[in-house]
Amino acid sequence: MTLAIDIKHRQGNFVLDVAFDTQGGLTALFGRSGSGKTSIVNIIAGLIRPDAGRVSVGGVDLVDTARGVFVPRHKRRIGYVFQEGRLFPHLTVRQNLLYGRWFAPPAGDRDGDLDRVVDLLGIAGLLPRRPGRLSGGEKQRVAIGRALLASPRLLLMDEPLASLDDARKAEIYPYIERLRDSAGIPIVYVSHSVAEVARLASSVVLLADGKVAAAGPTVDIMQRSELMSPAEREEAGAVIEAAVARHDQRFGLTELTSRAGTWRLTRLDTPVGARVRLRVRARDVMLATSPPADISALNVFSGAVSDIATGDGTADIRIDCNGETLIARLTHYSTERLALAPGTQVYALIKSVSLDRGTLSGPLPTIADT
Amino acid sequence: MTLSPEEWTAVMLSLRVAVVATLVSLPFGIAIAYALARGRFWGHGLLNGLVLMPLILPPVVTGYLLLILFGRRGPIGAFLADTFGIVFSFRWTGAALACGVMGFPLMVRAVRLSIEAVDTRLEEAAGTLGASRLWVFLTVTLPLIIPGIIAGMILCFAKAMGEFGATITFVSNIPGETQTLPSAIYTFTQVPGGDLGALRLTIVSVVIAMAALVASEVMARSANRRLDIA
Repeated sequence: MTLAIDIKHRQGNFVLDVAFDTQGGLTALFGRSGSGKTSIVNIIAGLIRPDAGRVSVGGVDLVDTARGVFVPRHKRRIGYVFQEGRLFPHLTVRQNLLYGRWFAPPAGDRDGDLDRVVDLLGIAGLLPRRPGRLSGGEKQRVAIGRALLASPRLLLMDEPLASLDDARKAEIYPYIERLRDSAGIPIVYVSHSVAEVARLASSVVLLADGKVAAAGPTVDIMQRSELMSPAEREEAGAVIEAAVARHDQRFGLTELTSRAGTWRLTRLDTPVGARVRLRVRARDVMLATSPPADISALNVFSGAVSDIATGDGTADIRIDCNGETLIARLTHYSTERLALAPGTQVYALIKSVSLDRGTLSGPLPTIADT
Repeated sequence: MTLSPEEWTAVMLSLRVAVVATLVSLPFGIAIAYALARGRFWGHGLLNGLVLMPLILPPVVTGYLLLILFGRRGPIGAFLADTFGIVFSFRWTGAALACGVMGFPLMVRAVRLSIEAVDTRLEEAAGTLGASRLWVFLTVTLPLIIPGIIAGMILCFAKAMGEFGATITFVSNIPGETQTLPSAIYTFTQVPGGDLGALRLTIVSVVIAMAALVASEVMARSANRRLDIA
């Protein structure tokens, strides 16, 4: 057990009452603003003292109000990447990166560590500069490096990409993915973005009003659109893990295979055999009750309706395609016209171009690595 | 323009008094400014009032209070003289004490404002990287408030160079021991034919004040450049 938390804390009218544990990898704390995500990471980091409860990391108790244990923040060895970077303006990037070293000299090879982190984050060119003139994306990469070089037991990331535009986000995702897969440090990642969580998280803790609404593997939790806010629901859908089967040079397509069947999408740079995660937005999925012919959509999967969740004007239809779940969002009119009910045989259609870069993760670690 | 040996003595004494007053006040000034900016404790308002007092009271009153407390027979003065051999009354050290007390509120105010301007979130970040509170102060807070410290030192130094009322009340006007620039100018104006001497010392005062101002500008600018603000 990497992180175990069970706390009660009151801040004004807001009551936080959560308990969960994580098993390594990247755990996303997901929920709308005001659901208590940041308070939880602040409690883990020691910036907030909870009214009651326990926090332990790697078997070491950091907080246990029953026994009067409260480890001060500077003795916790928990890295924290803040939303706004919080780089020290009076130090160079290099000095910022090495700040944690002044207090916790690493056991092993000093310069090797710095080189490795600088390399991982692609910030070698920034070392002599001061943080004042770095771009938002550069600042966040330095902030991640600074937290890593303090040799933390656990890395907290509080919406580290929230202040960046989509292009800058896309620039940083691969670094976070590499971190998740290679650094061996468990990460707790706060986010309110479906795209981010679907792409990065190994598991998700879904928070609502200071409580845990659901927790589990990303693929399962991301289907629970009924727990999400209207804005999040727009982006919600199924998360599919698939393997790259082959690249088609002539049409610039890549084929992926998952349990549901074969997916065709615009060409990826990912090598054959690599595993990727695909987010299929419910609003991009079309249903037919007879085998469709003469259509442009390249992705057609047959399955049976397993569940219909009726919402405001639309319904989310869950389809079991050979053990894999797809979700389609239809109007009530379509649902009725097709006479959809649990057990109905349907065909799910997805246009290749709706599966764009924004819905794809980088390569996932292979089974052997995890 | 040449200064007579007596005038030269007054100038050097004033510089010594002002430099010592500023440097000795500095650690106390930073500590009290930090306590006032960040501390939440009983007597916060009282401490603030006490520090600001010399700014509000007539300087003569401050000088008289110093005489009562730090005089050879005063409770604090007697203790310091008996224990450490530090004597203030009618010595240049007494002039430095009077100047330091008068400049102290200005120094504390400048440093306090700069501490309040420091982003406490940076200090939190330093804490998560392993720095204890003392190290956070030394490696983050202190470097960030250097412009404020420079401003406070210059204000304190300028106040000390110009201090008259409290000094003359506490340690009198003894040439070579407690006769600072303002006291010397005052003495010149009290004797017939002293106008020229008063004028010479006035010019010296203006030059020192200007030099201090320029020095503070240069230092503040280089500190700001290091922070990439300017």
